[in-house]
Amino acid sequence: MTYALEISDLKKQYDNGFEALKGVNLKVEKGDFFALLGPNGAGKSTTIGILCSLVNKTSGKVSICGEDIDLNFARAKQYLGVVPQEFNFNVFETVFNVVVTQAGFYGIPTVIAEERAEKYLKQLALWDKKDVQSRMLSGGMKRRLMIARALIHEPDILILDEPTAGVDIELRRSMWEFITKLNDAGTTIILTTHYLEEAEQLCRNIAIINSGEIVENTSVKALLKTLSQETFIFDLDSGLPAEFSLPDYHVMVSPDRMSLEVEVSKGQSLNHVFLELDKVDCHVVSMRNKSNRLEELFVKLTKG
Amino acid sequence: MKNSEIWIAFYTIIRREIRRFMRIWPQTLLPPAITMTLYFAIFGNLIGTRIGEMGGFSYMQYIVPGLIMMSVITNSYSNVASSFFSVKFQHSIQELLVSPTPNSVILLGYVLGGVARGLAVGFIVTILSLFFSDLPLQNLFLTIVVVTLTSIMFSLGGFVNALYARSFDDVSIIPTFVLTPLTYLGGVFYSIDLLPQFWQNVSLLNPILYMVNAFRFGILGVSDINVYWALIIVCLFIVVLYCFGLNRLNQGRGIRD
Repeated sequence: MTYALEISDLKKQYDNGFEALKGVNLKVEKGDFFALLGPNGAGKSTTIGILCSLVNKTSGKVSICGEDIDLNFARAKQYLGVVPQEFNFNVFETVFNVVVTQAGFYGIPTVIAEERAEKYLKQLALWDKKDVQSRMLSGGMKRRLMIARALIHEPDILILDEPTAGVDIELRRSMWEFITKLNDAGTTIILTTHYLEEAEQLCRNIAIINSGEIVENTSVKALLKTLSQETFIFDLDSGLPAEFSLPDYHVMVSPDRMSLEVEVSKGQSLNHVFLELDKVDCHVVSMRNKSNRLEELFVKLTKG
Repeated sequence: MKNSEIWIAFYTIIRREIRRFMRIWPQTLLPPAITMTLYFAIFGNLIGTRIGEMGGFSYMQYIVPGLIMMSVITNSYSNVASSFFSVKFQHSIQELLVSPTPNSVILLGYVLGGVARGLAVGFIVTILSLFFSDLPLQNLFLTIVVVTLTSIMFSLGGFVNALYARSFDDVSIIPTFVLTPLTYLGGVFYSIDLLPQFWQNVSLLNPILYMVNAFRFGILGVSDINVYWALIIVCLFIVVLYCFGLNRLNQGRGIRD
């Protein structure tokens, strides 16, 4: 089976001796929506930098759509589109020129490049800004411009490094809608993000990297199944009586007694909580997770 | 990449470089035109008339080839040095590095961008010089070959400078402390025959002397040195700088990590 991305024993040691990657192994299937998560300095950006030729690896093997980057990096690069974390386009170029120039670097003739530039700039709502110098764009527009630029050679894999950092909610949602459509059309998406709820909602598979090592690599579903306990908050229609108790659960009641925080361990039932509340004539108006489930796992896997 | 795709990438880099220096023409094309006009007016016209002939030509005619070459050298060098350092500085070099464009094409693209500016400035200065003096143009082919090779050589020099540079100061150190003195001492304003033997020998260590004289030979037909030596030296420098620059680029020194 040919993977979109296959990394074996990837190591990176910087000149100052810092070991950023200590033998990373990773496989991403074609068509996947994959998240690479990790705290700051874990090795996410170094890994992505190696994939797209911005960082020299110390050792290890990387194949992109079956092309070994040591044997044919130019071919491997054709498969990749990269949206970096930092803005890295020429700020004095117009929006249109940024995209068309990038197409030229991939050997795409100007006529085709201009057609594609129009297509992607329209899709990303930037067409009316095509003649504006890119430095004049807002932060969200600059990020969309980098997506349009990364797509200009219609890559099989799109790598997004913290694409929604500093982007407002509305724009973030429209961006994810766009990326999801790309994935539905067959593009493999690999993203790093600090918004773990995004990874939970969007991604099928996930890898967690910590201190240069992959500490977890599985499907989001499988990972969430490993959660040993979750905390739920119940909002009630009336104040909780003083005599209420849930012997086998860890419970915290809010000062106004109108909400209840319950830690539910694996094997324990939520129905029991509802039944006990019913007994004291309290009804649940709404219920939510105290924190993102993936966030709990992430903290657990990366602490220490 | 197929050959046709490599050509498109090459053309894209050159087009972007030309667009860059044309967009900021008040910083790139206008200053050398003004500076050289002042040189022609003050050194050539005012002072030159009192100096008399040099090498069988009026002083104005004698210094014109050197001044044209001086502007070609400084503009070729500074174009590549500042342009490549700028893309490094604002990280837009990553646009090229993530693409399949071969490193040799990146290097040649930037160098030809520098040559384009060097020759554009050389052309402007030549036109301006015609307002002050006649240029006999003894050997058009040699003149074009020498100015082009010199522009390539200094564009390569600018590229290597930009690869090493870590700040804008690093980009201006070589032009200020190396290129300008070497140019002034490279026979632009005088024939080395005027110097004592010792300083004539020292001058022969200055590569710019060879380029200025070869260019002057193409225009006026007079030179302090053997023109073939000049061509050999320029070609040698081009080969060495190209190999060095490409090697650094392949290693990613100064642009990756």
